[in-house]
Amino acid sequence: MKEGFRQAMAWLHTWTGLIFGWLLFAIFLTGTLSYFKEEINHWSQPEVRRHALDPVNSLGLAQRYLEANAAHAGSWMIRLPNAREAALSVSWRDPEAGRRGFVSKSLDAQTGQPVEARDSRGGEFFYRFHFQLEMPYPFGRWLSTFCAFIMLVGLVTGIITHKKIFKEFFTFRPGKGQRSWLDGHNAIGVLVLPFHLMISYSSLVLFMYMVMPAGILASYSGNTGDYFNELFGRDDPPKAANVATPLVPLPTLYAKVQEQVPGARIGYIQLHNPGDSNAQVTFTQASADNIAYKRSAKWTFDGTNGALLSQGAPESGAMATAFSFAGLHMGNFAGPWLRWLYFVFGVAGTAVIGTGLVMWLGKRQLKHAKSEHMPSELRLVEVLNIASMSGLLLAVAGFFWANRLVPVALEGRADWEVNAFFLAWLLSLVHAVLRPGRRAWGEQLALGALAFALLPLVNGLTTGQGLDHSLQVGDWAMAGFDLTALAVGLFLAWAASKMLRAPKPVAKRASRAAKKPTADVVEVG
Amino acid sequence: MKSKAAGLPLSYRLAVASRCLAALLGGYLLASMASVCIALLAPLSRVDATLIGLLLSFVFYLLAFIWCFACRSAWRAWLGVLLPSLLMAMASGIAYWMKTP
Repeated sequence: MKEGFRQAMAWLHTWTGLIFGWLLFAIFLTGTLSYFKEEINHWSQPEVRRHALDPVNSLGLAQRYLEANAAHAGSWMIRLPNAREAALSVSWRDPEAGRRGFVSKSLDAQTGQPVEARDSRGGEFFYRFHFQLEMPYPFGRWLSTFCAFIMLVGLVTGIITHKKIFKEFFTFRPGKGQRSWLDGHNAIGVLVLPFHLMISYSSLVLFMYMVMPAGILASYSGNTGDYFNELFGRDDPPKAANVATPLVPLPTLYAKVQEQVPGARIGYIQLHNPGDSNAQVTFTQASADNIAYKRSAKWTFDGTNGALLSQGAPESGAMATAFSFAGLHMGNFAGPWLRWLYFVFGVAGTAVIGTGLVMWLGKRQLKHAKSEHMPSELRLVEVLNIASMSGLLLAVAGFFWANRLVPVALEGRADWEVNAFFLAWLLSLVHAVLRPGRRAWGEQLALGALAFALLPLVNGLTTGQGLDHSLQVGDWAMAGFDLTALAVGLFLAWAASKMLRAPKPVAKRASRAAKKPTADVVEVG
Repeated sequence: MKSKAAGLPLSYRLAVASRCLAALLGGYLLASMASVCIALLAPLSRVDATLIGLLLSFVFYLLAFIWCFACRSAWRAWLGVLLPSLLMAMASGIAYWMKTP
């Protein structure tokens, strides 16, 4: 670290990238999948039927169901179906069950009857893993937020290292081993740089109240609740008066919101003290309607006479900034095309991390190309590279296979899907330890190719909603999942065939690399 | 760098470990102090000042991180994060004392 500034930054880039690369790869991959959370949910629970959207009718159904089944609950929550989510979800807090007594049901949007869907966490699993890493609260969130910060450090140090950013962007030298990996790493990194900067900074914004609490504690004298009440403009919920009063029909309130903002889509409706004289109903606009989260887009009504009590307060500039970062990260506003762009950018981010890890090892392997055995620390990195990349792909495939093959009636089957995910991951780690590096890559990628390419077939055989059916009825979420799985399978097959073919003589590559004039670039590593 | 690492003296390794700690903990302290300072001193409403302090704190963390590995010695790394933290802590202390009667 005695050398110049750029060398020091290259050092920082290399080593933070190595240490956090494996975890960042998993965070980026599951985060990318989360852009299609609802679509994955739909695939994981094919029993939930999609109907034409009719919010007024859905609201009436939800109210009828809750009045019949949760009349005694202190609060209700209703989530209306939308273009991406077929089910009408209702939930309530069971007063007898204490703090944990949260009951949730998915209703059919046309009949209002509970859907008996298979028990599965679906896209929710990848979404939660993305920021909680299946660790107990709050450690997973802390760790993933720190990883996001390291990603930001990696981006900034990467930019400093490669200051000739545009020149290097137009440089791609394929088929040249290590040099091609570096060119690819740089080109993808620069191409999606704005996305990368946005996504890593915004993940810090999402959890900043948690990881940087000092400012809140100091200016609110320790009352963090006051900060959130001011930030989100919310008041404490009213107390129940214990005087039974019928609840106003919710569709009439929906009509009042439409008068305020014509065409507003409603995300969820929250009710306090339903059936009490102090009932209160809050409508919140769907996050799909705005890029930023909007605290102003909510309306609170008196639940007994339907009078509009209050509307959310407007946002200040600082709030609009923070809420925009949050909204950009989640991408709830994105339509199909933009959503696919998010997905592609997410894959690119994953690829930048993956190519970086491969390069770290490749560069050091060159130095040991002539000796029989790789030093143990390099072998460790190799095993972790394989398990964290191709192994994670196998784990994802394992989750989806379990979703289709674990019996629907099995008790705790949702947990078995998660177990299948981690079991597949563990087995790929064992496999990576037992097999030589290149073989392990090739075999795992080949198995991954099979696992993903066969998913549409398994889906068709087990649910009867395979591609023949979904394409015919225009179920694009289902068909899109199957087609994407097929494409991933083909890509993995291509990658596996490259890996399983006899490697180019390493010594030749090494001598060529040595001849290359490299004075114009700072060597990372 | 790894292959050379076997021959690196212990003092170098300790210096690197020290820089890492300075970046990780010292940088966090600096970022926290910056967010407190902005939250208490920015001429905005309380919630906005707090929010801006939080939003900017990561910029301070990032700069502290880079400083800790770019400066000439591990001692400078610590000095560079602790001295501004101390100054900001003092400024925040005065602001807090003036705000709370």
